Amino acid sequence: MPLRLHSLASPARFDRFARRILPWTWVLAALLIPCGLLWGLAFSPADYQQGDTVRVMYVHVPSAWMAMACYALVALLSASFLVWKHHLAGLAALAAAPVGACFTATALVTGSLWGLPTWGTWWVWDARLTSVLVLFFLYLGYIALAGSFDDRSRGLRAASILAVVGVVNLPVIKFSVDWWNTLHQPASVLRLDGPAIHASMLWPLAITAAGFAAFFAALLVVRIRSELLAWRIEALMRRRSAGAA
Amino acid sequence: MAEFLDMGGDAATVWPAYGVTIAVLTGLLVASLRTYARRRRDLERLERTGRDNR
Amino acid sequence: MTGIGALVARDLALAVRRRGEAGLTLAFFVMAAAIFPFGVGPDPLLLGSIAAGVVWVTALLASTISLDHLFRGDLEDGSLEILVLDHRPLEGVVAAKCLAHWLATGLPVVALAPLMALLLNFDMDAWWVLVLSLAIGTPALSLAGSVGASLVLGARRGGALTGLVVLPLCLPVMVFGVGAVEAALAGRPVLPHILIEAAILVAGAPLALKASAAALRIAVE
Repeated sequence: MPLRLHSLASPARFDRFARRILPWTWVLAALLIPCGLLWGLAFSPADYQQGDTVRVMYVHVPSAWMAMACYALVALLSASFLVWKHHLAGLAALAAAPVGACFTATALVTGSLWGLPTWGTWWVWDARLTSVLVLFFLYLGYIALAGSFDDRSRGLRAASILAVVGVVNLPVIKFSVDWWNTLHQPASVLRLDGPAIHASMLWPLAITAAGFAAFFAALLVVRIRSELLAWRIEALMRRRSAGAA
Repeated sequence: MAEFLDMGGDAATVWPAYGVTIAVLTGLLVASLRTYARRRRDLERLERTGRDNR
Repeated sequence: MTGIGALVARDLALAVRRRGEAGLTLAFFVMAAAIFPFGVGPDPLLLGSIAAGVVWVTALLASTISLDHLFRGDLEDGSLEILVLDHRPLEGVVAAKCLAHWLATGLPVVALAPLMALLLNFDMDAWWVLVLSLAIGTPALSLAGSVGASLVLGARRGGALTGLVVLPLCLPVMVFGVGAVEAALAGRPVLPHILIEAAILVAGAPLALKASAAALRIAVE
Protein backbone atom coordinates (compact mmCIF):
# COMPACT_ATOMS: atom_id res chain seq x y z
CA MET A 1 0.00 0.00 0.00
CA PRO A 2 1.67 3.24 -1.12
CA LEU A 3 2.48 5.81 1.55
CA ARG A 4 0.12 8.73 1.07
CA LEU A 5 1.70 11.99 2.08
CA HIS A 6 -1.50 13.80 2.97
CA SER A 7 -2.46 11.08 5.40
CA LEU A 8 0.85 11.61 7.13
CA ALA A 9 0.06 15.26 7.70
CA SER A 10 -2.50 14.37 10.33
CA PRO A 11 -0.07 12.22 12.29
CA ALA A 12 2.46 15.07 12.31
CA ARG A 13 -0.17 17.45 13.65
CA PHE A 14 -1.21 14.83 16.11
CA ASP A 15 2.36 14.43 17.28
CA ARG A 16 2.64 18.15 18.02
CA PHE A 17 -0.70 18.12 19.82
CA ALA A 18 0.38 15.06 21.79
CA ARG A 19 3.63 16.59 22.93
CA ARG A 20 1.73 19.58 24.31
CA ILE A 21 -1.03 17.89 26.25
CA LEU A 22 0.72 14.70 27.31
CA PRO A 23 2.58 16.05 30.35
CA TRP A 24 -0.58 17.71 31.66
CA THR A 25 -2.72 14.59 31.36
CA TRP A 26 -0.09 12.51 33.17
CA VAL A 27 0.03 15.08 35.96
CA LEU A 28 -3.74 15.14 36.18
CA ALA A 29 -3.95 11.38 36.32
CA ALA A 30 -1.17 11.11 38.90
CA LEU A 31 -2.93 13.65 41.10
CA LEU A 32 -6.56 12.66 40.68
CA ILE A 33 -6.38 8.87 40.92
CA PRO A 34 -4.56 8.55 44.25
CA CYS A 35 -6.63 11.43 45.64
CA GLY A 36 -9.91 9.85 44.62
CA LEU A 37 -8.98 6.34 45.71
CA LEU A 38 -7.61 7.45 49.06
CA TRP A 39 -10.65 9.59 49.69
CA GLY A 40 -12.88 6.63 48.89
CA LEU A 41 -10.87 4.25 51.05
CA ALA A 42 -10.30 6.38 54.11
CA PHE A 43 -12.49 9.45 54.18
CA SER A 44 -15.85 8.41 52.80
CA PRO A 45 -18.61 6.86 54.88
CA ALA A 46 -19.33 3.15 55.01
CA ASP A 47 -22.75 2.07 53.84
CA TYR A 48 -25.60 1.35 56.22
CA GLN A 49 -26.33 -2.01 54.59
CA GLN A 50 -23.16 -3.03 52.79
CA GLY A 51 -20.59 -1.77 55.25
CA ASP A 52 -17.13 -1.10 53.91
CA THR A 53 -17.64 -3.21 50.77
CA VAL A 54 -19.31 -0.21 49.21
CA ARG A 55 -15.82 1.25 48.84
CA VAL A 56 -15.32 -1.11 45.89
CA MET A 57 -17.72 1.22 44.09
CA TYR A 58 -14.90 3.75 43.73
CA VAL A 59 -12.94 1.39 41.49
CA HIS A 60 -15.81 -0.56 39.97
CA VAL A 61 -18.02 2.27 38.76
CA PRO A 62 -15.30 4.41 37.13
CA SER A 63 -13.93 1.27 35.45
CA ALA A 64 -17.36 0.44 34.07
CA TRP A 65 -17.86 4.01 32.90
CA MET A 66 -14.48 4.00 31.15
CA ALA A 67 -15.22 0.60 29.59
CA MET A 68 -18.42 1.88 28.03
CA ALA A 69 -17.10 5.30 27.07
CA CYS A 70 -14.07 3.71 25.44
CA TYR A 71 -16.22 1.42 23.33
CA ALA A 72 -18.31 4.36 22.17
CA LEU A 73 -15.05 6.08 21.25
CA VAL A 74 -13.75 3.04 19.38
CA ALA A 75 -17.02 2.83 17.44
CA LEU A 76 -17.02 6.56 16.66
CA LEU A 77 -13.40 6.48 15.49
CA SER A 78 -14.07 3.34 13.44
CA ALA A 79 -17.05 4.97 11.73
CA SER A 80 -14.97 8.05 11.00
CA PHE A 81 -12.27 5.79 9.55
CA LEU A 82 -14.71 3.86 7.38
CA VAL A 83 -16.73 6.80 6.11
CA TRP A 84 -14.11 9.54 5.71
CA LYS A 85 -11.04 7.32 5.31
CA HIS A 86 -9.41 9.18 8.20
CA HIS A 87 -6.57 6.77 8.85
CA LEU A 88 -5.50 8.27 12.16
CA ALA A 89 -9.01 7.64 13.49
CA GLY A 90 -8.69 3.97 12.64
CA LEU A 91 -5.34 3.71 14.38
CA ALA A 92 -6.70 5.56 17.39
CA ALA A 93 -9.53 3.02 17.68
CA LEU A 94 -7.00 0.19 17.45
CA ALA A 95 -4.96 1.84 20.20
CA ALA A 96 -7.96 2.44 22.45
CA ALA A 97 -9.56 -0.99 22.29
CA PRO A 98 -7.14 -2.89 24.56
CA VAL A 99 -7.40 -0.13 27.16
CA GLY A 100 -11.17 -0.46 27.08
CA ALA A 101 -10.85 -4.22 27.37
CA CYS A 102 -8.67 -3.83 30.46
CA PHE A 103 -11.18 -1.46 32.07
CA THR A 104 -13.90 -4.00 31.26
CA ALA A 105 -11.93 -6.80 32.86
CA THR A 106 -11.34 -4.66 35.93
CA ALA A 107 -15.04 -3.81 36.10
CA LEU A 108 -15.90 -7.50 35.90
CA VAL A 109 -13.44 -8.59 38.59
CA THR A 110 -14.29 -5.77 40.99
CA GLY A 111 -17.98 -6.29 40.33
CA SER A 112 -17.57 -9.95 41.10
CA LEU A 113 -15.66 -9.20 44.31
CA TRP A 114 -18.31 -6.69 45.32
CA GLY A 115 -21.04 -9.20 44.62
CA LEU A 116 -19.52 -11.90 46.77
CA PRO A 117 -20.50 -10.54 50.19
CA THR A 118 -23.69 -9.07 48.76
CA TRP A 119 -25.02 -12.15 47.02
CA GLY A 120 -22.90 -14.93 48.45
CA THR A 121 -21.49 -16.15 45.12
CA TRP A 122 -18.58 -15.17 42.93
CA TRP A 123 -20.64 -14.53 39.85
CA VAL A 124 -24.23 -13.43 39.39
CA TRP A 125 -25.99 -13.06 36.12
CA ASP A 126 -27.46 -9.70 36.95
CA ALA A 127 -28.20 -7.27 34.13
CA ARG A 128 -25.22 -5.02 34.62
CA LEU A 129 -22.49 -7.65 35.04
CA THR A 130 -23.88 -9.66 32.13
CA SER A 131 -23.90 -6.60 29.90
CA VAL A 132 -20.32 -5.82 30.86
CA LEU A 133 -19.39 -9.43 30.08
CA VAL A 134 -20.89 -9.11 26.61
CA LEU A 135 -19.05 -5.81 26.18
CA PHE A 136 -15.86 -7.70 27.03
CA PHE A 137 -16.58 -10.18 24.23
CA LEU A 138 -17.19 -7.31 21.83
CA TYR A 139 -13.78 -5.89 22.72
CA LEU A 140 -12.10 -9.27 22.34
CA GLY A 141 -13.75 -9.74 18.94
CA TYR A 142 -12.49 -6.38 17.72
CA ILE A 143 -8.95 -6.92 18.98
CA ALA A 144 -8.76 -10.49 17.69
CA LEU A 145 -10.15 -9.58 14.29
CA ALA A 146 -7.78 -6.64 13.84
CA GLY A 147 -4.82 -8.83 14.70
CA SER A 148 -5.75 -11.85 12.57
CA PHE A 149 -4.87 -10.43 9.20
CA ASP A 150 -1.44 -10.49 7.64
CA ASP A 151 -2.25 -7.11 6.11
CA ARG A 152 -2.78 -4.80 9.09
CA SER A 153 -4.79 -2.31 7.10
CA ARG A 154 -7.33 -4.94 6.05
CA GLY A 155 -7.56 -6.18 9.62
CA LEU A 156 -8.20 -2.65 10.81
CA ARG A 157 -10.97 -2.12 8.28
CA ALA A 158 -12.64 -5.42 9.13
CA ALA A 159 -12.43 -4.67 12.85
CA SER A 160 -13.85 -1.19 12.24
CA ILE A 161 -16.92 -2.67 10.60
CA LEU A 162 -17.29 -4.97 13.59
CA ALA A 163 -17.03 -2.02 15.97
CA VAL A 164 -19.81 -0.13 14.20
CA VAL A 165 -22.02 -3.22 14.09
CA GLY A 166 -21.26 -3.83 17.74
CA VAL A 167 -22.16 -0.35 18.91
CA VAL A 168 -25.50 -0.54 17.13
CA ASN A 169 -26.06 -3.94 18.68
CA LEU A 170 -25.07 -2.79 22.16
CA PRO A 171 -28.32 -1.03 23.18
CA VAL A 172 -30.26 -4.00 21.84
CA ILE A 173 -28.12 -6.33 23.92
CA LYS A 174 -28.57 -4.14 26.99
CA PHE A 175 -32.32 -4.13 26.41
CA SER A 176 -32.37 -7.91 25.97
CA VAL A 177 -30.26 -8.56 29.04
CA ASP A 178 -32.46 -6.27 31.16
CA TRP A 179 -35.54 -8.03 29.86
CA TRP A 180 -34.02 -11.46 30.46
CA ASN A 181 -32.96 -10.43 33.91
CA THR A 182 -36.38 -9.21 35.02
CA LEU A 183 -37.83 -12.50 33.85
CA HIS A 184 -35.41 -14.55 35.91
CA GLN A 185 -34.57 -12.50 38.97
CA PRO A 186 -36.77 -11.70 41.94
CA ALA A 187 -37.90 -8.10 42.05
CA SER A 188 -35.84 -7.03 45.03
CA VAL A 189 -32.21 -7.27 44.02
CA LEU A 190 -29.60 -5.12 45.62
CA ARG A 191 -28.22 -2.90 42.92
CA LEU A 192 -24.48 -2.73 42.59
CA ASP A 193 -24.78 1.04 42.57
CA GLY A 194 -24.83 1.16 46.29
CA PRO A 195 -27.30 3.42 48.00
CA ALA A 196 -28.49 6.70 46.55
CA ILE A 197 -25.20 8.48 46.17
CA HIS A 198 -24.90 11.58 48.29
CA ALA A 199 -22.20 14.20 48.22
CA SER A 200 -19.72 12.49 50.52
CA MET A 201 -19.63 9.58 48.12
CA LEU A 202 -20.03 11.55 44.94
CA TRP A 203 -16.80 13.50 45.31
CA PRO A 204 -14.33 10.59 45.51
CA LEU A 205 -16.28 8.85 42.74
CA ALA A 206 -16.11 11.86 40.44
CA ILE A 207 -12.45 12.51 41.21
CA THR A 208 -11.46 8.90 40.54
CA ALA A 209 -13.51 8.85 37.34
CA ALA A 210 -11.83 12.05 36.17
CA GLY A 211 -8.46 10.55 37.06
CA PHE A 212 -9.22 7.41 35.06
CA ALA A 213 -10.23 9.58 32.11
CA ALA A 214 -6.99 11.54 32.29
CA PHE A 215 -5.02 8.31 32.53
CA PHE A 216 -6.90 6.97 29.54
CA ALA A 217 -6.19 10.09 27.50
CA ALA A 218 -2.49 9.99 28.29
CA LEU A 219 -2.20 6.26 27.63
CA LEU A 220 -4.16 6.62 24.40
CA VAL A 221 -1.74 9.23 23.10
CA VAL A 222 1.21 6.94 23.84
CA ARG A 223 -0.51 4.01 22.16
CA ILE A 224 -1.54 6.04 19.09
CA ARG A 225 2.04 7.10 18.56
CA SER A 226 3.00 3.46 18.97
CA GLU A 227 0.49 2.43 16.28
CA LEU A 228 1.80 5.14 13.97
CA LEU A 229 5.29 3.71 14.40
CA ALA A 230 4.05 0.20 13.65
CA TRP A 231 2.33 1.48 10.53
CA ARG A 232 5.47 3.20 9.33
CA ILE A 233 7.51 0.08 10.04
CA GLU A 234 5.15 -2.07 8.02
CA ALA A 235 5.10 0.40 5.15
CA LEU A 236 8.89 0.60 5.16
CA MET A 237 9.30 -3.16 5.17
CA ARG A 238 6.82 -3.55 2.38
CA ARG A 239 8.64 -0.95 0.28
CA ARG A 240 11.96 -2.65 0.98
CA SER A 241 10.70 -6.09 -0.04
CA ALA A 242 9.02 -4.63 -3.11
CA GLY A 243 12.23 -2.84 -4.02
CA ALA A 244 14.30 -5.96 -3.47
CA ALA A 245 11.89 -8.00 -5.62
CA MET B 1 -4.34 1.87 61.20
CA ALA B 2 -5.20 -1.77 61.85
CA GLU B 3 -8.83 -0.78 61.70
CA PHE B 4 -8.26 0.85 58.31
CA LEU B 5 -6.56 -2.27 56.93
CA ASP B 6 -9.34 -4.44 58.26
CA MET B 7 -12.04 -2.40 56.44
CA GLY B 8 -14.70 -3.28 59.00
CA GLY B 9 -14.23 -6.98 58.29
CA ASP B 10 -14.52 -6.57 54.54
CA ALA B 11 -10.79 -6.50 53.87
CA ALA B 12 -10.98 -9.59 51.64
CA THR B 13 -13.33 -7.71 49.34
CA VAL B 14 -11.94 -4.21 49.25
CA TRP B 15 -8.18 -4.70 49.04
CA PRO B 16 -8.17 -7.27 46.21
CA ALA B 17 -10.54 -5.04 44.25
CA TYR B 18 -8.27 -2.02 44.57
CA GLY B 19 -5.22 -4.20 44.03
CA VAL B 20 -6.52 -5.70 40.81
CA THR B 21 -7.50 -2.30 39.45
CA ILE B 22 -4.13 -0.74 40.18
CA ALA B 23 -2.29 -3.82 38.90
CA VAL B 24 -4.20 -3.88 35.63
CA LEU B 25 -3.73 -0.17 34.97
CA THR B 26 -0.06 -0.29 35.86
CA GLY B 27 0.52 -3.40 33.76
CA LEU B 28 -1.21 -1.79 30.81
CA LEU B 29 0.91 1.34 31.18
CA VAL B 30 4.16 -0.61 31.37
CA ALA B 31 3.24 -2.82 28.40
CA SER B 32 2.27 0.17 26.28
CA LEU B 33 5.47 2.05 27.05
CA ARG B 34 7.62 -0.97 26.34
CA THR B 35 5.92 -1.65 23.01
CA TYR B 36 6.38 1.99 22.08
CA ALA B 37 10.07 1.88 22.94
CA ARG B 38 10.56 -1.36 21.02
CA ARG B 39 8.88 0.03 17.92
CA ARG B 40 10.96 3.19 18.14
CA ARG B 41 14.11 1.07 18.21
CA ASP B 42 12.93 -1.09 15.31
CA LEU B 43 12.06 1.91 13.17
CA GLU B 44 15.37 3.59 13.86
CA ARG B 45 17.21 0.40 12.99
CA LEU B 46 15.25 0.03 9.76
CA GLU B 47 15.88 3.61 8.76
CA ARG B 48 19.57 3.34 9.59
CA THR B 49 20.10 0.20 7.49
CA GLY B 50 18.16 1.86 4.68
CA ARG B 51 20.49 4.83 4.76
CA ASP B 52 23.57 2.59 4.97
CA ASN B 53 22.47 0.55 1.97
CA ARG B 54 22.04 3.55 -0.25
CA MET C 1 -34.56 -10.09 -8.97
CA THR C 2 -34.09 -13.09 -11.23
CA GLY C 3 -30.38 -12.69 -10.57
CA ILE C 4 -30.97 -13.27 -6.90
CA GLY C 5 -33.24 -16.21 -7.61
CA ALA C 6 -30.53 -17.73 -9.76
CA LEU C 7 -27.98 -17.18 -7.01
CA VAL C 8 -30.19 -18.86 -4.42
CA ALA C 9 -30.85 -21.74 -6.78
CA ARG C 10 -27.14 -22.15 -7.44
CA ASP C 11 -26.27 -22.11 -3.76
CA LEU C 12 -29.01 -24.60 -3.01
CA ALA C 13 -27.85 -26.85 -5.80
CA LEU C 14 -24.37 -26.71 -4.33
CA ALA C 15 -25.80 -27.45 -0.90
CA VAL C 16 -27.66 -30.43 -2.28
CA ARG C 17 -24.51 -31.69 -3.90
CA ARG C 18 -22.74 -31.23 -0.61
CA ARG C 19 -25.67 -32.64 1.29
CA GLY C 20 -23.25 -34.64 3.37
CA GLU C 21 -22.10 -31.40 4.95
CA ALA C 22 -25.61 -30.02 5.42
CA GLY C 23 -26.59 -33.33 6.91
CA LEU C 24 -23.60 -33.14 9.18
CA THR C 25 -24.78 -29.82 10.56
CA LEU C 26 -28.18 -31.33 11.28
CA ALA C 27 -26.59 -34.35 12.86
CA PHE C 28 -24.57 -31.99 15.06
CA PHE C 29 -27.77 -30.22 16.10
CA VAL C 30 -29.44 -33.46 17.09
CA MET C 31 -26.39 -34.87 18.83
CA ALA C 32 -25.58 -31.71 20.74
CA ALA C 33 -29.10 -31.51 22.09
CA ALA C 34 -29.17 -35.23 22.83
CA ILE C 35 -25.92 -35.06 24.74
CA PHE C 36 -27.33 -32.76 27.40
CA PRO C 37 -29.07 -35.49 29.41
CA PHE C 38 -25.74 -37.26 29.68
CA GLY C 39 -24.28 -34.13 31.15
CA VAL C 40 -27.04 -32.96 33.47
CA GLY C 41 -28.77 -36.24 34.24
CA PRO C 42 -32.00 -37.72 32.88
CA ASP C 43 -34.33 -36.15 35.44
CA PRO C 44 -37.43 -35.26 33.39
CA LEU C 45 -38.24 -32.17 35.42
CA LEU C 46 -34.75 -30.72 35.00
CA LEU C 47 -34.63 -31.51 31.30
CA GLY C 48 -38.07 -30.07 30.75
CA SER C 49 -37.07 -26.83 32.43
CA ILE C 50 -34.01 -26.35 30.24
CA ALA C 51 -35.35 -27.90 27.01
CA ALA C 52 -36.24 -24.65 25.24
CA GLY C 53 -32.86 -23.15 26.04
CA VAL C 54 -30.97 -26.25 24.98
CA VAL C 55 -32.76 -26.45 21.64
CA TRP C 56 -32.11 -22.78 21.02
CA VAL C 57 -28.43 -22.89 21.99
CA THR C 58 -27.76 -25.95 19.86
CA ALA C 59 -29.60 -24.31 16.95
CA LEU C 60 -27.29 -21.35 17.37
CA LEU C 61 -24.22 -23.56 17.45
CA ALA C 62 -25.39 -25.51 14.39
CA SER C 63 -25.89 -22.26 12.51
CA THR C 64 -22.44 -21.05 13.54
CA ILE C 65 -20.47 -24.14 12.56
CA SER C 66 -21.96 -24.14 9.07
CA LEU C 67 -20.94 -20.55 8.38
CA ASP C 68 -17.62 -21.43 6.84
CA HIS C 69 -19.34 -22.65 3.67
CA LEU C 70 -21.16 -19.38 3.26
CA PHE C 71 -18.42 -17.48 1.48
CA ARG C 72 -15.21 -19.44 1.63
CA GLY C 73 -16.00 -21.73 -1.31
CA ASP C 74 -16.71 -18.74 -3.51
CA LEU C 75 -13.62 -16.97 -2.31
CA GLU C 76 -11.41 -19.93 -3.09
CA ASP C 77 -12.68 -20.58 -6.61
CA GLY C 78 -12.69 -16.91 -7.52
CA SER C 79 -16.41 -16.51 -8.02
CA LEU C 80 -16.64 -14.16 -5.06
CA GLU C 81 -14.58 -11.56 -6.89
CA ILE C 82 -16.93 -11.78 -9.85
CA LEU C 83 -19.94 -11.43 -7.58
CA VAL C 84 -18.48 -8.37 -5.89
CA LEU C 85 -17.43 -6.69 -9.11
CA ASP C 86 -20.43 -7.49 -11.27
CA HIS C 87 -23.47 -7.59 -9.10
CA ARG C 88 -24.95 -4.41 -7.76
CA PRO C 89 -26.15 -4.23 -5.13
CA LEU C 90 -23.86 -6.56 -3.25
CA GLU C 91 -26.36 -6.59 -0.37
CA GLY C 92 -28.71 -8.56 -2.61
CA VAL C 93 -26.02 -11.15 -3.18
CA VAL C 94 -25.47 -11.48 0.55
CA ALA C 95 -29.23 -11.78 1.10
CA ALA C 96 -29.38 -14.57 -1.46
CA LYS C 97 -26.54 -16.45 0.21
CA CYS C 98 -28.16 -16.00 3.64
CA LEU C 99 -31.42 -17.33 2.28
CA ALA C 100 -29.69 -20.37 0.85
CA HIS C 101 -27.85 -20.89 4.15
CA TRP C 102 -31.11 -20.70 6.05
CA LEU C 103 -32.88 -23.11 3.72
CA ALA C 104 -30.05 -25.60 4.06
CA THR C 105 -29.40 -25.19 7.79
CA GLY C 106 -32.03 -23.14 9.61
CA LEU C 107 -35.18 -24.59 8.11
CA PRO C 108 -34.24 -28.21 8.89
CA VAL C 109 -33.44 -27.13 12.44
CA VAL C 110 -36.89 -25.57 12.75
CA ALA C 111 -38.40 -28.77 11.41
CA LEU C 112 -36.44 -30.99 13.78
CA ALA C 113 -36.88 -28.78 16.84
CA PRO C 114 -40.16 -30.38 18.01
CA LEU C 115 -38.49 -33.78 17.93
CA MET C 116 -35.56 -32.56 19.99
CA ALA C 117 -37.92 -30.86 22.40
CA LEU C 118 -39.81 -34.09 22.79
CA LEU C 119 -36.60 -35.94 23.64
CA LEU C 120 -35.82 -33.33 26.28
CA ASN C 121 -39.19 -33.68 27.96
CA PHE C 122 -40.40 -30.30 26.78
CA ASP C 123 -44.01 -29.43 27.59
CA MET C 124 -45.35 -30.04 24.11
CA ASP C 125 -48.34 -27.75 24.63
CA ALA C 126 -46.03 -24.93 23.65
CA TRP C 127 -44.35 -26.68 20.73
CA TRP C 128 -45.74 -24.21 18.21
CA VAL C 129 -44.19 -21.27 20.08
CA LEU C 130 -40.83 -23.01 19.98
CA VAL C 131 -41.15 -23.58 16.26
CA LEU C 132 -42.35 -20.01 15.65
CA SER C 133 -39.56 -18.49 17.70
CA LEU C 134 -37.00 -20.55 15.80
CA ALA C 135 -38.64 -19.79 12.45
CA ILE C 136 -38.11 -16.09 13.13
CA GLY C 137 -34.80 -16.56 14.92
CA THR C 138 -32.89 -18.83 12.54
CA PRO C 139 -32.98 -16.33 9.65
CA ALA C 140 -31.63 -13.73 12.07
CA LEU C 141 -28.90 -16.20 13.03
CA SER C 142 -28.03 -16.67 9.36
CA LEU C 143 -27.85 -12.91 8.87
CA ALA C 144 -25.72 -12.40 11.96
CA GLY C 145 -23.62 -15.32 10.80
CA SER C 146 -23.02 -13.74 7.41
CA VAL C 147 -21.55 -10.69 9.14
CA GLY C 148 -19.12 -12.88 11.04
CA ALA C 149 -18.30 -15.13 8.07
CA SER C 150 -17.61 -12.21 5.76
CA LEU C 151 -15.45 -10.36 8.29
CA VAL C 152 -13.14 -13.29 8.94
CA LEU C 153 -12.72 -14.26 5.27
CA GLY C 154 -9.19 -12.99 4.98
CA ALA C 155 -8.16 -13.76 8.54
CA ARG C 156 -5.68 -16.37 9.59
CA ARG C 157 -7.68 -18.49 12.03
CA GLY C 158 -11.14 -17.88 10.67
CA GLY C 159 -13.08 -20.65 12.39
CA ALA C 160 -12.73 -19.88 16.08
CA LEU C 161 -12.84 -16.17 15.41
CA THR C 162 -16.22 -16.49 13.67
CA GLY C 163 -17.85 -17.72 16.84
CA LEU C 164 -16.44 -14.89 18.94
CA VAL C 165 -17.64 -12.31 16.42
CA VAL C 166 -21.08 -13.80 15.79
CA LEU C 167 -22.28 -14.79 19.26
CA PRO C 168 -22.86 -11.30 20.73
CA LEU C 169 -24.85 -10.46 17.61
CA CYS C 170 -27.11 -13.48 18.13
CA LEU C 171 -27.78 -12.81 21.80
CA PRO C 172 -30.85 -10.51 21.55
CA VAL C 173 -32.72 -12.79 19.16
CA MET C 174 -32.12 -15.76 21.40
CA VAL C 175 -33.20 -13.94 24.56
CA PHE C 176 -36.56 -13.06 23.07
CA GLY C 177 -36.96 -16.36 21.28
CA VAL C 178 -36.52 -18.36 24.45
CA GLY C 179 -38.48 -15.72 26.34
CA ALA C 180 -41.45 -16.35 24.08
CA VAL C 181 -41.37 -20.05 24.82
CA GLU C 182 -41.04 -19.51 28.55
CA ALA C 183 -43.91 -17.03 28.46
CA ALA C 184 -46.05 -19.65 26.76
CA LEU C 185 -45.13 -22.23 29.39
CA ALA C 186 -45.92 -19.80 32.20
CA GLY C 187 -49.22 -18.76 30.71
CA ARG C 188 -48.05 -15.23 30.01
CA PRO C 189 -48.64 -13.44 26.70
CA VAL C 190 -46.34 -14.64 23.96
CA LEU C 191 -46.95 -11.93 21.41
CA PRO C 192 -44.66 -9.22 22.84
CA HIS C 193 -41.65 -11.53 22.71
CA ILE C 194 -42.42 -12.69 19.21
CA LEU C 195 -42.99 -9.16 18.00
CA ILE C 196 -39.73 -7.91 19.47
CA GLU C 197 -37.90 -10.87 18.00
CA ALA C 198 -39.40 -10.15 14.59
CA ALA C 199 -38.56 -6.47 14.97
CA ILE C 200 -34.94 -7.32 15.68
CA LEU C 201 -34.86 -9.49 12.56
CA VAL C 202 -36.43 -6.86 10.34
CA ALA C 203 -34.45 -3.92 11.72
CA GLY C 204 -31.19 -5.82 11.90
CA ALA C 205 -31.34 -7.28 8.41
CA PRO C 206 -30.36 -4.13 6.48
CA LEU C 207 -27.45 -3.44 8.82
CA ALA C 208 -26.26 -7.04 8.60
CA LEU C 209 -26.44 -7.01 4.81
CA LYS C 210 -24.59 -3.71 4.54
CA ALA C 211 -21.89 -4.83 6.96
CA SER C 212 -21.43 -8.17 5.19
CA ALA C 213 -21.21 -6.45 1.81
CA ALA C 214 -18.59 -4.04 3.10
CA ALA C 215 -16.63 -6.93 4.59
CA LEU C 216 -16.79 -8.88 1.33
CA ARG C 217 -15.37 -5.91 -0.56
CA ILE C 218 -12.45 -5.85 1.85
CA ALA C 219 -11.93 -9.57 1.41
CA VAL C 220 -11.60 -9.54 -2.36
CA GLU C 221 -9.43 -6.52 -2.91
